[in-house]
Amino acid sequence: MPEKAILMQGNEACAEGAIAAGCRFFAGYPITPSTEIAESLSEKLPSVGGKFIQMEDEIGSIGAVLGASVAGLKAMTATSGPGFSLMQEGIGFACMAEIPAVIINVMRGGPSTGLPTKTSQGDIMQARWGTHGDHFLIALIPESVKESFYLTIKAFNLSEKYRVPVILLLDEAIGHMREKIFLPEYSDLLLENRVIPMLPPQWYKPYEVTPDFITPMAPFGTGYRYNITGLTHDEMGFPTSKENEIVANMNKLRDKILRSAGDIVDHEALYTDDANTLVIAYGSGSRSAKEAVEYLRSRRRKVGFFRPITIWPFPEKELAQIIKKVDQVFVVEMNQGQIIDVVRKVECFHKKIFGINRYDGEMITPNQIISKIREAR
Amino acid sequence: MTQPLVLNYLRAKKQFPHVWCPGCGHGVVMGSLIRSIDKLELNKDNVVMVSGIGCSSRMTAYVDFNTLHTLHGRPIAFATGLKLAKPELPVIVITGDGDATAIGGNHFIHAARRNIDLTVILMNNNIYGMTGGQISPTTPYGGRGSTAKIGNPEHPFDICKLAIAAGASFVARSTAYHVPALDRLIQQALENKGFSLVEIFSQCPTYEGKWNKRGDAAAMLKYYKETAVPVASKSRYSEEELKEKFLIGVLHNEPKPEFTSEYEKIIEKYQSQLEMKNMSREKVEDESETKKQNDKTTATED
Repeated sequence: MPEKAILMQGNEACAEGAIAAGCRFFAGYPITPSTEIAESLSEKLPSVGGKFIQMEDEIGSIGAVLGASVAGLKAMTATSGPGFSLMQEGIGFACMAEIPAVIINVMRGGPSTGLPTKTSQGDIMQARWGTHGDHFLIALIPESVKESFYLTIKAFNLSEKYRVPVILLLDEAIGHMREKIFLPEYSDLLLENRVIPMLPPQWYKPYEVTPDFITPMAPFGTGYRYNITGLTHDEMGFPTSKENEIVANMNKLRDKILRSAGDIVDHEALYTDDANTLVIAYGSGSRSAKEAVEYLRSRRRKVGFFRPITIWPFPEKELAQIIKKVDQVFVVEMNQGQIIDVVRKVECFHKKIFGINRYDGEMITPNQIISKIREAR
Repeated sequence: MTQPLVLNYLRAKKQFPHVWCPGCGHGVVMGSLIRSIDKLELNKDNVVMVSGIGCSSRMTAYVDFNTLHTLHGRPIAFATGLKLAKPELPVIVITGDGDATAIGGNHFIHAARRNIDLTVILMNNNIYGMTGGQISPTTPYGGRGSTAKIGNPEHPFDICKLAIAAGASFVARSTAYHVPALDRLIQQALENKGFSLVEIFSQCPTYEGKWNKRGDAAAMLKYYKETAVPVASKSRYSEEELKEKFLIGVLHNEPKPEFTSEYEKIIEKYQSQLEMKNMSREKVEDESETKKQNDKTTATED
């Protein structure tokens, strides 16, 4: 069967992407603007033999997701700001116990109850540092309905491969926007599944530090009786307070992500060869930014464009290569300025960096970006 | 006879000595749970034990099953996902009064409401032991702890009544003194298909005993012995007398449809709907009259 064109909402594309990625478990709690993902999966999952449960709150949702993942299923949840706040302890547990899980956060205005029905990119830093303690995880941010589908699959692949929670950040505008997408044949997709141990159970060390820092994960009920804990643990998964074991545990969690950043990180760059001005944007803001860049290019302004697709870990090396050639940088964000600090870190404060921000619940427009770039001249 | 049984079910190498204080009742409960699992001949490879945070929840590190030591208050949430993902595995939740009814109260009542097939072993010592003796939701009115030094102004939960009201299908209570009865109750709870709660009064001489001048472990066990009334002998006491006592035994046993089996039916319904849809699509695609006829007959057979 050839690809078929479908008119689809961003949230629906996430649900469809999850099914395509092999997700067979969803636990969630209703919250605007992410609810369509749960509604859609409450039908799609049982149709493919998967499980859906509406939990009593978001704390319970992330707990159930991690429980299902320990049982061996690819599992996910979807929420928005207030629910994402409640899920942070579970996300920390997933980091510490190295349990794969996908968490979709369809961002709305905050803080607190904020703007439930309006768009925002206010949770970028929360995705990175929402849970307590040193930790490393992955976050992706799509700019379209099509990319929502493919990044949901990528989120599962990365999560399974690196045994880490992966956060997919949609803006409300992407979640509720409808676009035409072509769905591929699912059997053609490249899917990652967590590595399971081949050793006999008595030799299995569930948190062994391997050369690539990734340890095979045995699903519960398969003969490998082991312990999983949120306490700092040794290679056997038992709590430890020995200095060398603590450091080994912490370094493993860091190095499995940082040493594989080349494999994890993804970005998009346009017109950067001759650019003296660089526009950085992500999520729905990049749609307006791209239009602004195209317009300014048509007026012979040497403007380039950079978009992080993996927002955590941030494509620092890739941006550094481009940013050193330009004179000024504009960072387009639908918040009061979060990624701009990461850009400043990459750039070491040598260049002019301007924020172009909007946080009134509406989409940033190409005109707003164009006029800011012209003003700065 | 006890020796080989313990060796069979404990992770002897790494995890001992355990964290429990001398005189703590939790070890007695662990022994009882191991005997019950052994009696029912559950396969160790299948048994899943999920715990939260607190003294009782440390049990998971000691026993040789599939063990998941989760977050404070969340073991029932994790266990819900695990059970729904793999309904064929027996899932036991190890928790305490603070873990299950304070921070985890929401998950506790909703799992009971769903009647999901979990066996919750709740050790109630009326106090937060791991953090040093603070009052809990089951500390009696006037009882003392490090955060209520001159007496608790709040009223306690009756956890069994809470579970029954929330919809649990099997609810029982015992104490760390009534061990043979506890063995039987845990077995019954494990055999019940649905949400089962066994609440065990388990003494904490270190904090609960000290703050409330209840004496040593032996004195606290003696209190359990003298104050417990088996459900069967309830009628021998007047209402007034029962106010000073507590009931032990099976307090509630009312089987009803279990959540994961109900969910299997949902899967079947959706999948047969999908099959029907695919069939009718084939019908539209295929113009031939005979094929149409065949499809109709298979559809009605379904």
